[in-house]
Amino acid sequence: MKKKSKVPALITWIIIAAVYAGVFAAEQVLPATSMLFTVLKKGATYALVAVSMNLLNGFTGIFSLGQAGFMLIGAYVYGIFTIPVADRPVVYQYYDGGVIQFALPVVLALALAGLAAAFFAFLIGLPVLRLKSDYLAIATLGFAEIIRVIVQWNPMGPVTNGSNMLRLFPNFNDFNIRNAQGEVTVYLSTLIPFLISGVCIGLIVLLLNSGYGRALKSIRDDEIAAEAMGINLAHHKRLAFCISSFFAGIGGAMLAMYQTTVQAKFFTTAMTYEILLIVVIGGVGSVTGSVFSSFLFVAASEWWLRFLDEKQMIGSFEVPLLRNGFRLVVFSVIIMVVVLFFRRGIMGTKELPDLFRKKRKEEAEK
Amino acid sequence: MWNTIFPYLLSGVSVGGQYALIAIGYTMVYGILRLINFAHGDVFMVAGIVMVYIAASGLPLWVCIPAVLLITAAVGFIIERVAYKPLRSAPRMSAMISAIGVSYTLQNLVLYITGGLNKQYPTIPGISNSIQIGGATTKVVTVITPVLVILLVAALVTLINKTKIGMAMRAVSKDFETAQLMGIKINSVISTTFVIGSFLAGVGSVLYFTNYPTVIQTSGAMPGLKAFVAAVFGGIGSIPGAVIGAFIIGIMENIIKGLDVILFKAGVIAKPLGLAIFSDAFTFALLIVILVVKPTGLFGEKTTDKV
Amino acid sequence: MSEANVQTVADMQTAGIPVLKLEHLTMQFGGVIAVNDFSMHIDQGEIVALIGPNGAGKTTAFNCVTSVYQPTGGRIYFKDQEIGSGRIHHTPDRITRMGIARTFQNIRLFSGMTVMDNVMTAMHLRRRSNLVTQMLHLNADEERKNREKAWKLLKTVGLTDVAEELATSLPYGKQRLLEIARALATDPSLLLLDEPAAGMNPQETAELGQFIVRIKNEFDLTVFMIEHHMNLVMDISDRIYVLDFGKPIANGTPEEVQQNPVVIAAYLGVDEE
Repeated sequence: MKKKSKVPALITWIIIAAVYAGVFAAEQVLPATSMLFTVLKKGATYALVAVSMNLLNGFTGIFSLGQAGFMLIGAYVYGIFTIPVADRPVVYQYYDGGVIQFALPVVLALALAGLAAAFFAFLIGLPVLRLKSDYLAIATLGFAEIIRVIVQWNPMGPVTNGSNMLRLFPNFNDFNIRNAQGEVTVYLSTLIPFLISGVCIGLIVLLLNSGYGRALKSIRDDEIAAEAMGINLAHHKRLAFCISSFFAGIGGAMLAMYQTTVQAKFFTTAMTYEILLIVVIGGVGSVTGSVFSSFLFVAASEWWLRFLDEKQMIGSFEVPLLRNGFRLVVFSVIIMVVVLFFRRGIMGTKELPDLFRKKRKEEAEK
Repeated sequence: MWNTIFPYLLSGVSVGGQYALIAIGYTMVYGILRLINFAHGDVFMVAGIVMVYIAASGLPLWVCIPAVLLITAAVGFIIERVAYKPLRSAPRMSAMISAIGVSYTLQNLVLYITGGLNKQYPTIPGISNSIQIGGATTKVVTVITPVLVILLVAALVTLINKTKIGMAMRAVSKDFETAQLMGIKINSVISTTFVIGSFLAGVGSVLYFTNYPTVIQTSGAMPGLKAFVAAVFGGIGSIPGAVIGAFIIGIMENIIKGLDVILFKAGVIAKPLGLAIFSDAFTFALLIVILVVKPTGLFGEKTTDKV
Repeated sequence: MSEANVQTVADMQTAGIPVLKLEHLTMQFGGVIAVNDFSMHIDQGEIVALIGPNGAGKTTAFNCVTSVYQPTGGRIYFKDQEIGSGRIHHTPDRITRMGIARTFQNIRLFSGMTVMDNVMTAMHLRRRSNLVTQMLHLNADEERKNREKAWKLLKTVGLTDVAEELATSLPYGKQRLLEIARALATDPSLLLLDEPAAGMNPQETAELGQFIVRIKNEFDLTVFMIEHHMNLVMDISDRIYVLDFGKPIANGTPEEVQQNPVVIAAYLGVDEE
């Protein structure tokens, strides 16, 4: 049997290490208010959610539109269980401080956020995973809407704070190490989301490269053949759905940390659509693509294309069309172009190591 | 008791009729292309926005309304040509993603044009007036809607059953490939479907926004989803099914909106439970139940996959 | 077929119960009866062919055996265990786990995966490892053994040189062989082949015949196949069943079926030159 070259994997590891080192260094050097960190934190969060969605849509062939719902569960579980007891009367001011009077450590709350999302995925998966592609999409979308309403229901208030905001829970900035005077000595507020996201995405990659990953891909490629090869469709689909939701839940918790507040009304279908479009731009069936595309999407929408929303003067000439909302129009056009003409997205189904593999092969041929 | 329920029932029938007009577009497109046209709700919203701007130009209403319907039909036609036609042979997921992309695009375009502000829908004399029925005060539109829906559906069913293009539509929805081989011009059939669907959504928007007179870029999302649920409930592909489904959903949703009041007045509950916020969630719960119990809906046909 | 082989088949027939037995199998779709009162059996080590004109219900019979459909009438037994009837229905993966593997008439490979991964996927059902050990790659030993086994299977069908190519990039004939290798990877005792020689030229068909006999002996299989190439059927089958419009019209050894006037009228007379 041929042995695969280890060089591409090595290059990939070096790149990943360099990125992490770069993030850490940048954070110590650049001012904390730099737009770069906003992009990196939100990008890392979206990367995890996009990869978790890709696990379903791109690798298992289950077209689910419930991502925002699972993120909401994760965000709420994280928020509810980490608000310091002392702050609860302020946050739950309409509900006498709420019923929960303890706070969990961040890591535990993160895991719980994922588990809660996975648990709901399991419940909802029992009926809906039997459905065909487009029905499943609409059923999961409906589920996300239902969850959003239940959380905001007044009788749930003592737990969820109803339609009011959850806030004052630990956020990314709380990871910075401070000295006795309260000055930050080591900045970690960007590195931490990178680490959480990195570990989670790493686990998903491990799953995809295992026998289970092959089983999921076989379901995507041909359900009937997969079943004929002894793969239990219901079991594997449920597994993929729960795992995807687990990581979407953690992604939701990260989003809560990034925003420092949580409110159910923001976890709309539009959020799911946005994540789906990120996956499509990156390449349906490529983890690397989803990660790239998340950072690209966040950078473009939060930073690089911001100028489109404001009046711009070139000398005395006012550039036409530029005003609030134009950025999103440009975005939409880019997305439609990708959807219609570059259906494979940035990466197709390739991963980072594949890029070096191809290059090396070409070199060998020369 | 009846006096408490009646107003909710009345607005349920009205909004149900409006959903029906949107649902027909979903069900026809699905019947022919097997595509959930996620952008259909947004076409409905665009119809509302177009009305706002045309009416603001000072044109008389008898010009505005036909113009809105024509423009809406044209929007449906263009969407199909630009976003769905190139993906006809692509996997189904691609077309669905494209539909979501179109929805996103339409919403963002409207956001850009309106600046993201609520726009006041023009008052249409005659149908905006208040009337008294059975002790309840309502707008004329509430009464007109079901009548108009029935007339339009009757016309549509006649078109589908009696005309050549209707026959072609039935053929294409039965078997896409064979219909193509038999020389049916698939593209014109599909375009006609989109034009009819959008036209009806336009009519629906005039009625709907007379009742709920503000339009914003997200106004179409919820009615769109509910109309889709109605189409699934009735059995996707079936026009009478979509209409009946829409009326049922409209009525149930409004009953839930008034459930607190109804139960309170009946003495069942002592204080409001805030159940009204479940009026939307109920629709989706219903959807999941239908899909699980009877995926083919009330009047849908069963299909089997070939191995 | 070699004489020695016939001998062993006869021995096994007397020894035990049939590997597969259909009793009055009937499958009705709405008003159409695709398979109508079909009874048959296959003994250990036999190669049995199912023939009949297009639309005779052959693939439907296969789909009933593999539980893609639940029969509307009759019973299916696998080694004396009832696996399909009006009251018993498993999912197809259960059937595969019991030891029945199949190929498909219109090749159904996993298009996004390599040749090697196609075969590896079919071993997933026999894994000992669980999700956690697999994710953390603690099952390296099992993975290595599976890889070796897959490599051996690819060697058997002669596809080692394309192991890392995408399955769908292979020519048609090789895709059919890959489907067989993939089916073998599930460790079956009964192999169902749905038109394995479709699209092959006479030379390839002859080779395929020898190949089927070889894997049958090597992997200790029983083979049930649907095939249109009469030379192949007559060459390697121990017995033949003939379906026409869902109804069994004849069965017997190749010689018997060949001379059966009903068969000639319904099928051979029309189809064969």
